[in-house]
Amino acid sequence: MGLTHQSTGLELMKEILLDQIKSPGNFVIALAGNPNTGKSTVFNSLTGLNQHTGNWPGKTVTNARGRFTHNNCNFTLVDLPGTYSLCANSSEEEVARDFICFGMPDAVVAVVDATCLERNLNLVLQILEITGDVIVCVNLLDEAERKKIHIDLNKLSELLGVPVVGTNARDGRGMEQLKDAMYKMAAGIIKVNPVKVVYDDVVEGAVRLIQPYIEKNIMPEINSRWLALRLIEKDKTVLDSFKKYIGQILEENDDICCAMEKTEQYLKQNGIEEEVLDRIVASIVKKAEEICRASVVFEDVQYNHFDRKIDNILTSSTFGIPVMILLLGCIFWITLQGANYPSEVLSSWLFWIESRLTEFFAWTALPEWLHGALILGMYRTTAWVVSVMLPPMAIFFPLFTILEDLGYLPRVAFNLDKFFKKACAHGKQALTMCMGFGCNAAGVIACRIIDSPRERLIAILTNNYVPCNGRFPTLIAMAMIFIAGGEGKYRAVVAAISIIGVIILGIIITLFVSKILSATMLKGLPSTFALELPPYRKPQIGRIIVRSIYDRTIFVLGRAVMVAAPAGLITWILANTYAGDASLLHHCATFLDPFARMLGLDGFILTAFILGFPANEIVIPILIMSYMSYGHMVELDSLNSMRQLFLANGWTWITAVCTMLFCLNHFPCGTTLLTIYKETQSIKWPLIAFLINTATGIALCFSLNLIFRFPVVATAQYTYLRWLTCRQ
Amino acid sequence: MENLIPLNNLPIGSFGKVRKLTACGNIRRRMMDLGLVCDTKVKALRKSPAGDPVAYEIRGAVIALRSEEASKILVELP
Repeated sequence: MGLTHQSTGLELMKEILLDQIKSPGNFVIALAGNPNTGKSTVFNSLTGLNQHTGNWPGKTVTNARGRFTHNNCNFTLVDLPGTYSLCANSSEEEVARDFICFGMPDAVVAVVDATCLERNLNLVLQILEITGDVIVCVNLLDEAERKKIHIDLNKLSELLGVPVVGTNARDGRGMEQLKDAMYKMAAGIIKVNPVKVVYDDVVEGAVRLIQPYIEKNIMPEINSRWLALRLIEKDKTVLDSFKKYIGQILEENDDICCAMEKTEQYLKQNGIEEEVLDRIVASIVKKAEEICRASVVFEDVQYNHFDRKIDNILTSSTFGIPVMILLLGCIFWITLQGANYPSEVLSSWLFWIESRLTEFFAWTALPEWLHGALILGMYRTTAWVVSVMLPPMAIFFPLFTILEDLGYLPRVAFNLDKFFKKACAHGKQALTMCMGFGCNAAGVIACRIIDSPRERLIAILTNNYVPCNGRFPTLIAMAMIFIAGGEGKYRAVVAAISIIGVIILGIIITLFVSKILSATMLKGLPSTFALELPPYRKPQIGRIIVRSIYDRTIFVLGRAVMVAAPAGLITWILANTYAGDASLLHHCATFLDPFARMLGLDGFILTAFILGFPANEIVIPILIMSYMSYGHMVELDSLNSMRQLFLANGWTWITAVCTMLFCLNHFPCGTTLLTIYKETQSIKWPLIAFLINTATGIALCFSLNLIFRFPVVATAQYTYLRWLTCRQ
Repeated sequence: MENLIPLNNLPIGSFGKVRKLTACGNIRRRMMDLGLVCDTKVKALRKSPAGDPVAYEIRGAVIALRSEEASKILVELP
């Protein structure tokens, strides 16, 4: 479970150590810090690498690496997962600790949040116990200034005994000084005198007992005082890491075993056995408090007043959830309304190119099948994916990123946690679901922020109930064509409401399935829950637009096109290779048809979903192609002509609703299943995810279809159909 | 010591001082890493729409805790 060693620990370390050996002018810098301190922004600002940043804890789920040069030296920057401490409570903390301790970076940059210095210093003090080569980067200075929090950086540096640099990574302030400090630290120009947390007499006595034995037996690069403290608090993970990275089995070393026994007796004599850990942590926290008191001035005691006011609305017991739905609704409405026109322009432009290409083919007298395969198969599918996906994504992603940047997503988790608790799941699952809106594979990876393995698995298995952007085009098309119908004035509003409905249904199914999973396969009680609600931050609109288009839209679109082109080709071949009197696709659809009819779909729709297994984006294009090759040739340049095509193929609004339901609840795409396999290291869980999701879809569609086949509803359906045909 | 109450009973808007943690193991350590050690001042800020969890102000940060966790933190009313 969790982080694999390949992606984080040993492999990365080996690689970095090798790098160092190869060229001595290279420095390795580790970037550590609490979650949500703008660590990723610092990383991006230094390396120019576009790691996606967001205002919610736990964003960096794998170690990102980047390079930059300064003063003719090469720096490799390793972005460690954001942690509150280094005590190996979770895989992230273990990775961060092991890299700082055993990766032997030339310097560690500890990024701290200027608006919450005290809590952040806890981690800094823990890092300082491992290594003195630390630069403290006090980030988010503009937020602190806005809240009238004054930090005396010189005083802080004096108290900590290491260099302190004030930065505002978002606008690049202080980054040059930070680079200078890194250079000086790595080159050994700066001498540090790191502050030592002094523990109470008993703990110090125990350290004195064990430390000499450690110094005698262990390589000098490892801080003996730090190791002594870990041995006193009986941290087993340190012993394991020692074995893993140094190859030394400490518990088999006679000297150390003997010293440990002595220490244990000594602690027993002094009456503290269990509390030793408490005493150690408490001393660090108190030290952080002391340093903070001496170096920070809060001019405005009510500095968080504004945040609390916003919270009063966004997490209010009356308005919290309605505002959440409204916000989401607005985003979809803007997306649908705004994407209409560009989508049409793009599509007519792309189809104009298609006709030119067709003319070219006619002119060169290339065989007809080549034209069919390349233009009608590959090009048309790709063009459809681009024209339908690009505009909504280019609008949706920046809007969603604004919410993310503001710090709204943790509030969503806060609002919804009670429901997740009832389902015996973790509140942070709401955050992973938000990631799922972008891409379910990303959502599955984001599940690493949940510590408890049981709850993490629940979150992984149910992530697919959130429609990813690959499925949005299908949902949007269905909602616009069949539910909103025709050209009405409030079309986008109705479509947005129905999509919200689908999402809410997805959330309900998620909770329901989570509950069932915790009662059966993944039995257990909800584990601990501590969620930080970070301060609201002013979103940087310009950067958001650039980043969300560059990072997400182009990336997702690129992947969709990569899949769409070959899939289009294959579908065309299937639709145009005849066996007997019908095409292969037709045979396949006929075979699936009886089953599909029971689900309120038809054979072609089900075939399209199956062929869309590599990526959900291509379901609709495949469907259109299948129908068109089936004999109904239409010029497909707008949603309206798509409706004609679907109606001609016997669609009713029940077909549309069932397609939407099946789109929401069917097997996860290939990428997501592969990610589940990678995350769980077992073939069992992707299989289960496949089965659970598909079973939900089948059950829902089947029952809905059954209900709507009753005479009363059939009449209503008939009336609606009449109305639809009248309007044409 | 008669003023000792579990944190989840702390009325919204009022302060308490941490006196004792009854949680153990990982949970205990996690709480302490958030700064919940003896003498820490904690303010109950607000309940979530469904009543649970509750957001607390702990050493300048806002942390939401479920009632199960909060009940394992004993605070003294001023």
